[in-house]
Amino acid sequence: MATPTLTRLRPQAPSPAAGAPRPRARRVRYALTVVAFLLPSAVPLALFTVYPMIGALWTSLHEWNLLSDMRWVGLGNYAELLQDPETHRAFGNTLYYIAGYLPIVYVGGLFLALALNAAIPGRNLLRGVYFLPVVTSWIVVAIVWRWLLNPSNGVVNHVLGLLGLDGPGWWTDPTWAMPSIILASAWKDLGFVMIILLAGLQLIPEELYEAATLDGAGWWRRHVSVTLPLLSPTTFFVLVISLINGFQVFDQVYAMTGGGPAGASTVVVQQIYDLTFRYGSAGMASALSWLLFALVMLVTLVQIRGQRRWVHYA
Amino acid sequence: MFRSRLTTGVALAAVTGLTLTACAGGTDAAETGAEGGGDVTITYTNFISNGGNEENLATIVEAFEEENPGITVDVTTMPYADYSTALKTDLAGGTASDVFDIEFADYEGYQQNGVLAPLEGADTSAYQESLAEAYATDGTQYALPSSFSNVVLYYNADLFDAAGLDYPDADWTWADEKAAAEKLTDADAGVFGDYQPISFHEFYKTVDQAGGSFLTEDGSAAAFNSPEGLEAARWLVEKSGTVMPTAEQGAGTPDFDTTLFTDGKLAMWHTGIWMFGALADASFAWDIAVEPGDERQASAMFSNGVAVSAGSENVEAAQRWAEFLTSSEVMVDTRLESGWELPPVADEDRLAPYLEQGDPENRQAVFDSLESVALAPSIGEKQAEMQDIVTEELTEAAAGRQSVEEALASAEERVNALLG
Repeated sequence: MATPTLTRLRPQAPSPAAGAPRPRARRVRYALTVVAFLLPSAVPLALFTVYPMIGALWTSLHEWNLLSDMRWVGLGNYAELLQDPETHRAFGNTLYYIAGYLPIVYVGGLFLALALNAAIPGRNLLRGVYFLPVVTSWIVVAIVWRWLLNPSNGVVNHVLGLLGLDGPGWWTDPTWAMPSIILASAWKDLGFVMIILLAGLQLIPEELYEAATLDGAGWWRRHVSVTLPLLSPTTFFVLVISLINGFQVFDQVYAMTGGGPAGASTVVVQQIYDLTFRYGSAGMASALSWLLFALVMLVTLVQIRGQRRWVHYA
Repeated sequence: MFRSRLTTGVALAAVTGLTLTACAGGTDAAETGAEGGGDVTITYTNFISNGGNEENLATIVEAFEEENPGITVDVTTMPYADYSTALKTDLAGGTASDVFDIEFADYEGYQQNGVLAPLEGADTSAYQESLAEAYATDGTQYALPSSFSNVVLYYNADLFDAAGLDYPDADWTWADEKAAAEKLTDADAGVFGDYQPISFHEFYKTVDQAGGSFLTEDGSAAAFNSPEGLEAARWLVEKSGTVMPTAEQGAGTPDFDTTLFTDGKLAMWHTGIWMFGALADASFAWDIAVEPGDERQASAMFSNGVAVSAGSENVEAAQRWAEFLTSSEVMVDTRLESGWELPPVADEDRLAPYLEQGDPENRQAVFDSLESVALAPSIGEKQAEMQDIVTEELTEAAAGRQSVEEALASAEERVNALLG
């Protein structure tokens, strides 16, 4: 959206008007304009993201319990992490989370967006309702879901009981802890994906659907041949953002299970937290943060390269 | 925040100048920090008053400020669960308060890392000797004991009466507790006979009660995977789902056991004497007894201390407050009157009023428990990790996802890896 505005600022052809600045001066002025627009986000980014990242890189080469002097260990932390079974488990749990979470929020969000893009009564209210969880604090949501999924007196197991089903132990059971977290996360983030996809849907020109209908395409065919290809840039955005958020999952894990039972829901960021604040290994935690960053970067690069095959920009 | 408060303090002192100096005259308070005398504000972060004793702490603060004109104590109170994380972060960031609480279990780690100021000239004669020594290293005091407490067996006398059973007493063993718990459990009424957390803190104590030990004598390896250890683990784990609620029923979540007991749905409860205050309004008769043992009796004892930050700019005023908080008459009276944790004073006569207060009647059990104490095994830096491992393995056994034998074998292997 910013691109067209900026291109318009760019000098297209020298203006014939008398007293116009020379091209070089205009280029400097243009550059200054760009810098001025970037500053409000670049300064906080440098101060609160880039600087701490470099600090964490330095810390990751040391042994440090937050209180002592740092002791240089070189790449020792990385070597230890790469063969540590608990690290493997944390990455495994994170991937499990993403594998469960991503399809649910995307398909669910798409379904909601399609439903609420149609002219149905009360759709603005419904859009608001579905977006409400997105702006609710994770701590509140986690506490509510812990109640809902309480194995002995929660609503979910009560309803399952009425249907004659014996509900599982949810967050108290290692097998069900991660599904519980996925369920709560999908519920909370569905509205976010829906809003983004809804915006994408509204960019698709109505005429295309009319043309497709004239060509005899049914509901399914219209969506497969018109909606999905034209929605692909939005889909791409949603996937990149959701995947990055998925790798960084923490709040809901911390508040719902604390990583338990028996480490069954310990994701990478929970492990980083425990290492720093519970086990006094801030150096190790920083190394793990960088491993996570490297993985996220790699996955995102692969996604960006892969997009050429399936993302269609109109 | 601390700096800005200090600046305000200095500015105030400059404005009001001589008046304040005159006020402070006569005492030697407030000579550090502000140049040329004047007010100092010291900060104090605590968890000991959280959850019901905030006003009692305020009483002590008021008395201190009255006795030490020119020193103001700025109190921050935090829940115990978040306290350690916040303190470590503050220490790492150089924003720790002048005075802060520590638990005995954490003392060694903080002392070794040099974040505690040595308390030169602290008068330790006021404290019980063993408690004062616990916070000294190489003959120097690095913190002062602020309280001590232990764990006893609480019981709901009304439930015992209804079942026609004798109340627990100091002669009880595990077998007596078990027999009573089974008779008192009434699943249909949602009444449970017993509650004892399945955790590291209960385990090292019950291993001792069974006649074993948690670590080898030189502390170099785990010793709990022994017949005594297995007996202790079974004692804890087998309660779950029989006489005690399971994790699925809520065991282990915050306040679950407190609610169960105060609702009159729990007959026996292993917990600390810090719960006296919370039970003041209970609608049923209750009392306490020394915790039953097996081979021998052994009770857990906990102690809290206060330390002065090595980074404090007002060490002298801070130490003055730390000493007042841990040894003043006001503190002793306030703690005894309110049933807060016990004051660490040397003079046992001063504790006499504690025994007379009732609720619970048998307060003597608190002191009797101190006669045979199971000390918490301490391994330094990896302490938290060791505690988590033991709690986790036992919890998995209690949930029936592994046998007690598997739990101890796995815990032994993991704890030895930490020690090795």
